[in-house]
Parts: sequence; C-alpha cells; structure tokens
Amino acid sequence: MTDTKKQIRIALRNCGLIDPEQIEDYIAQDGYFALGKCLTEYTQDQTIAEIKESGLRGRGGGGFPTGLKWEITKNVEADQKFVVCNADEGDPGAFMDRSILEGDPHSVLEAMAICGYCIGADKGLIYIRAEYPLAIERLKIAIKQAREFGLLGNDILGTGFNFDIELRYGAGAFVCGEETALIHSMEGLRGEPTFKPPFPSVSGYMGKPTNVNNVETFASVPVIINKGAGWFNKIGTEKSKGTKVFALAGKINNVGLVEVPMGTTLREVVYDIGGGIVNGKEFKSVQTGGPSGGCLTKDFLDTPIDYDNLVAAGSMMGSGGMIVMDEDDCMVSIAKFYLEFTLEESCGKCTPCRIGNKRLHEILEKITEGNGTEEDIDRLKVLSNVIKDTSLCGLGQSSPNPVLSTIANFEDEYLAHVKDGKCPAGQCKSLLRYDIIEDLCTGCTLCFRNCPVGAITGERRAPHFIDQSLCIKCGVCFEKCKFDAITLT
Amino acid sequence: MSKVKSFTDLKNLKSEYHKKQIFGTPAESLVQIKVGMATCGIASGAKEIKKFLIEECEHQAIDAEIKQTGCLGYCYAEPMVEVQLPDSEPVVFGYVDKKRAKSIIENYIIQGEEIEGEIPISFKTIND
Ligand SMILES: Cc1cc2nc3c(=O)[nH]c(=O)nc-3n(C[C@H](O)[C@H](O)[C@H](O)COP(=O)(O)O)c2cc1C
Ligand code: SF4
Ligand code: SF4
Repeated sequence: MTDTKKQIRIALRNCGLIDPEQIEDYIAQDGYFALGKCLTEYTQDQTIAEIKESGLRGRGGGGFPTGLKWEITKNVEADQKFVVCNADEGDPGAFMDRSILEGDPHSVLEAMAICGYCIGADKGLIYIRAEYPLAIERLKIAIKQAREFGLLGNDILGTGFNFDIELRYGAGAFVCGEETALIHSMEGLRGEPTFKPPFPSVSGYMGKPTNVNNVETFASVPVIINKGAGWFNKIGTEKSKGTKVFALAGKINNVGLVEVPMGTTLREVVYDIGGGIVNGKEFKSVQTGGPSGGCLTKDFLDTPIDYDNLVAAGSMMGSGGMIVMDEDDCMVSIAKFYLEFTLEESCGKCTPCRIGNKRLHEILEKITEGNGTEEDIDRLKVLSNVIKDTSLCGLGQSSPNPVLSTIANFEDEYLAHVKDGKCPAGQCKSLLRYDIIEDLCTGCTLCFRNCPVGAITGERRAPHFIDQSLCIKCGVCFEKCKFDAITLT
Repeated sequence: MSKVKSFTDLKNLKSEYHKKQIFGTPAESLVQIKVGMATCGIASGAKEIKKFLIEECEHQAIDAEIKQTGCLGYCYAEPMVEVQLPDSEPVVFGYVDKKRAKSIIENYIIQGEEIEGEIPISFKTIND
C-alpha cells in the first residue's frame, strides 16, 4: 500500500467519524461553533471577508468565488432573500454530495445559516433529488434536531438572528442542477433554464435575491470560519484553494471517495490513492467533469489538478466525478456514451442542443459502425463548436466537450476507425473480424456447432470458413476453438 | 431538549458531549465500534453486520458502544467496521461479512490478535 496521507478531509471531516443522526456528535466536534462565532463576533461583512480571503470557489462545477457571490447577494436590496443548497447531483458517477449529506448533514445546515446571516436571509431551501432517500431522511432528522436545540428557528443563540430550512425535492433531471432551472423547478414551473443575467443573486426564487451554492461548498464553510481563512488558503494552488472531493470510479482498484488538496496530480490520485489500474493494465485516460467535461491523457498525469489547469487541458473540474479508463476503453465509444446521456437529459428548449447533439450522436454512431470518413471528424468539430456557441444553458454549451476532447487527445483512435476500419481497443464490434486460419483448422466442427447464426460452413475434417456478411462478432467460435485456428483482427 | 440560549451555552454543551463521547480517547473499558452506514455501506449489507455485532457483543458480554457513521470513502471495501479498543488507536476492517465480524469480536477484541482485512486508513484531519 502506498502512502495515502495525500488526502486531507475538510468537507468530509466528519463522514465516517460521527453518527449523522445525532446532533450531539456534531456538537462534540465543534459543530455550530462557526455559526456562533459569526453571530457573536463577526459582522456580516467580516464574515464575507473571511470567506473571500479563504479563496473558496464553488464546488458545483463552475468554480465561482463563494465570498464574492455572498457579497453580491448581500448588496442587493430586498424585503426577502433566500439561501439555496444545490443537492441535485446529476453527473453520472458522482456521489460526493450524497456522502456528505448522509455522513454529516449538520455541516451543510450550519453553513446555510451562516450564509443567511451574511446575505440577510431567514429562509433556506435544500433542493435534493428524490432518489436520495437516505440523505433526505438524515437531513430531516438533522433539521428537526437543530430546531429542538434552537440552532435553527428564531433568535438563534440569543442573538436575534432567525433562520430556518426546508427541503424541496427534484425528480432527478440533470438539467435541474443548473441553478436557474433548479429555481424554476422549486417554483413549480418546468425545470428549464432561463437566460442569465439576471443571476439568481439578483433575481432568483420568487424573484427574490437567492444565493445558490453546492453541498460541498457549504460543507467547507464552517472549517474556514473555525480554523481561519489563513489556514484554508495555505492549502491548494494559487487560484484554487482548499480541497476537492472526487468520486473515483472505472478501471481503478480503490473505487471510492477521496478528498485531496487542490494541486494534487492525477498520478497521485490514480496510483497512490486509487491503488492503480485494475489487473495492472495500462492507464489510458481519466474523464473529469462528467458529461460537460473531457478525457485527459497520460500526458496530464503530472499536471496539478485545479480549476484552471483542467480547463486549459480541455476538461473541467465539474462536480468531481473521475472515471478512469484503461487500454480496453474505446474513446469514440466513450464520447458516444456521454452524448447519449446528454440527449436523454437535454430539456429540448433550444435547437442547437436538442438537434445538434442528435446529429453529433449520429456521426459517432456511423464511425463506431465502421462507416465513418475523415470528413466526419471535421464535421464533428464544426458542429460541436456551433452547439457550444449557441446553446442557452451550460448543459448545451458544454455537451460537445467529451467529443472535442477525445478528438483533441485521441485523434489517432478516430482515424483508426475511419481510415483503417479498426477499433484499437477492440470495443466496436462492427469493426472486429473473425477469420479461420486454414492451416490450423482441423475441421473438428466445434465452431460450426456453436455459431449462433450459422455463419460458419465446412465439411468435417476439412477447413471451415466464416461468412463475414452473416457473422455478428459474438466471439463464441474464437473462445471454443481448441486449436487457436481463429484469429481476431 | 431545551434550546441553547447562547454561544457560551453551546461551548459548555460541547465539553459535556465531548467527554461523554470520548472522541479519540476511549474510556476505561469501553470498546467503540462504528459501522459505515451510508448508501454504499447499507447496499453491501452493513445493517445486518451492525445487528450481528450488537447481538454478539451482548452474547459475549463485551462492554461496547456500537454506532452508525457515514462513509469513510473506501467504498470498494464496504461494509467497513472501525474498532477502537481502550487505550488504542482505531483500526478499520473492510469487506466485513458475518465470518469476519465474528473474527473481529473473538480474535481481535477478545484475544487481541491481529486479523485479516485491516484497511490502512491514512488521511490528514483538519486538526493535523
Ligand atoms: C447542466 C448543469 C447541471 C448542473 N448540475 C449541478 C449539480 O448537480 N449540483 C450543483 O451543485 N451544481 C450544478 N450545476 C451548477 C449550478 O448551476 C450552480 O453553478 C452551482 O450550484 C452554484 O454553486 P457553487 O458556486 O457552490 O458551485 C449545474 C450546471 C449545469 C449547467
Ligand atoms: S442548452 Fe439544452 S438543456 Fe440547456 S436550455 Fe437549451 S435545450 Fe435545454
Ligand atoms: S464470431 Fe460468432 S457469429 Fe461470427 S462466426 Fe464466430 S461464432 Fe459465428
């Protein structure tokens, strides 16, 4: 086992340590101290200044500076404001937010109250997907306990500050994680994005200033207040401070959640913490940023991970899904997989996203079926850029990223498909070819008897043949032949 | 529970809970057992393991506090059980089925022997 002290648990500090259903456990770990400190020792502006100085940026994908968002929302005059926690977590493969809510729900409640104090809101809403029953259950218990202890409700800690939190449920549509769509969904309208500006900070829920932050962003806040901005901003890189939680999945030995300082390299995450690639195979790529992100090659293994480096590499931080791929993964098929997700999840409001992504998918399908041309690769690039430039919301604007980044980083694989009719990873079935080597075939008839579609012909004790037009590339003959007489190319 | 009326009250409450919950420094004879019960743990059977541990500890008359926690992040090794013996560092066991749970109690807790399935946990906490 390699050194794994590379992790620092800030957002996950209590996960696995305390009983999430006992507020006493949370309080024993200095729970609600940050709220107490802000309410009794800091003004609103001082609290915001502390968050700004910490360098904390949004963990929900965009990386917007959290303190600045709070300041903007505070400075809008209004009779009512809202704090919203985005717990929609729609990226395939991501479960960081769920783990935080299941392991340490009070940390999010406390941070929302601090945010409410800063911006002048007395009401918080958590938008959580209904598919997270355990997280919902634990949040309900936590809210109830916090109310009983007077840590939510009126006159919190005798300071005159009022704040309460309610839950709102989402049906699990990816687009509802986008903040304007999320707000519309909470208002009982269709979960469709609308044009920004106005940003939610100015006009959000019910037309009131609304501060939207992600679960992990909130979970980091109490630590910043308790330990100080100066402690937090020593961790990380110049422009990305603190830690990030990643959900490691794919062809990696230690599937799970890791929390590492910003600036940790991919190599450290994949090999030192993740335990390397399953079955000792060769690392090929890691996908970050989910359906909005991209695939990085082994050339990026030593690049420090932060918001800006990932964008420069053609991907993005996203919410923290990290899917590791090995030599057996076909990058064209991976791009196709993410587009399929996007197609399912596009709300259909605007044409480039609705139709454009469909066309992209058709071209990718053509390539994986062996009918692609070099012009198709150019077409993919042009169409991708049109979709990026003309879609209304972040979903459409980022949906071609998996295509563009796989073309940029693995163009040779695309070319192998369209020029040589080969899938280097052996994943695209249409591009496989099974042949029987005459000299090795003994005519035992085993393949003939096992082929499910009758594609094999030949007399007993004479060489057999495969009719390529009938073969469905199931590979049964290849597995059954005892004389290694069948080749796969 | 009556409401906490001031920050000072909250601080006092913390001291009280902290002592009661003996974080980091288990009291005299009490064995502390934590079972990871986030979605990942429960999906791998953590509920049954927790029930089994409670029954076995009772059966063997072990003075243990058994509680649920969230996820330590080692989802590949669920269910996970952390055991802290009096005056010792906590040790985390992974892939805990009933057989291993029995061995945790009979071999590790009662006999003090090393057993298989220990997961090396190493990350910095905010207090390191
Ligand atoms: C298609 C789409 C999906 C999104 N899904 C999420 C999500 O599941 N969770 C989340 O926190 N932010 C999501 N976002 C980002 C939110 O719009 C918003 O920027 C974020 O919640 C702000 O919080 P932060 O600054 O703390 O990151 C998504 C954005 C887009 C465009
Ligand atoms: S870009 Fe896609 S998801 Fe976003 S509004 Fe347009 S159609 Fe809907
Ligand atoms: S690969 Fe399958 S379908 Fe093709 S010849 Fe062999 S057994 Fe028949």
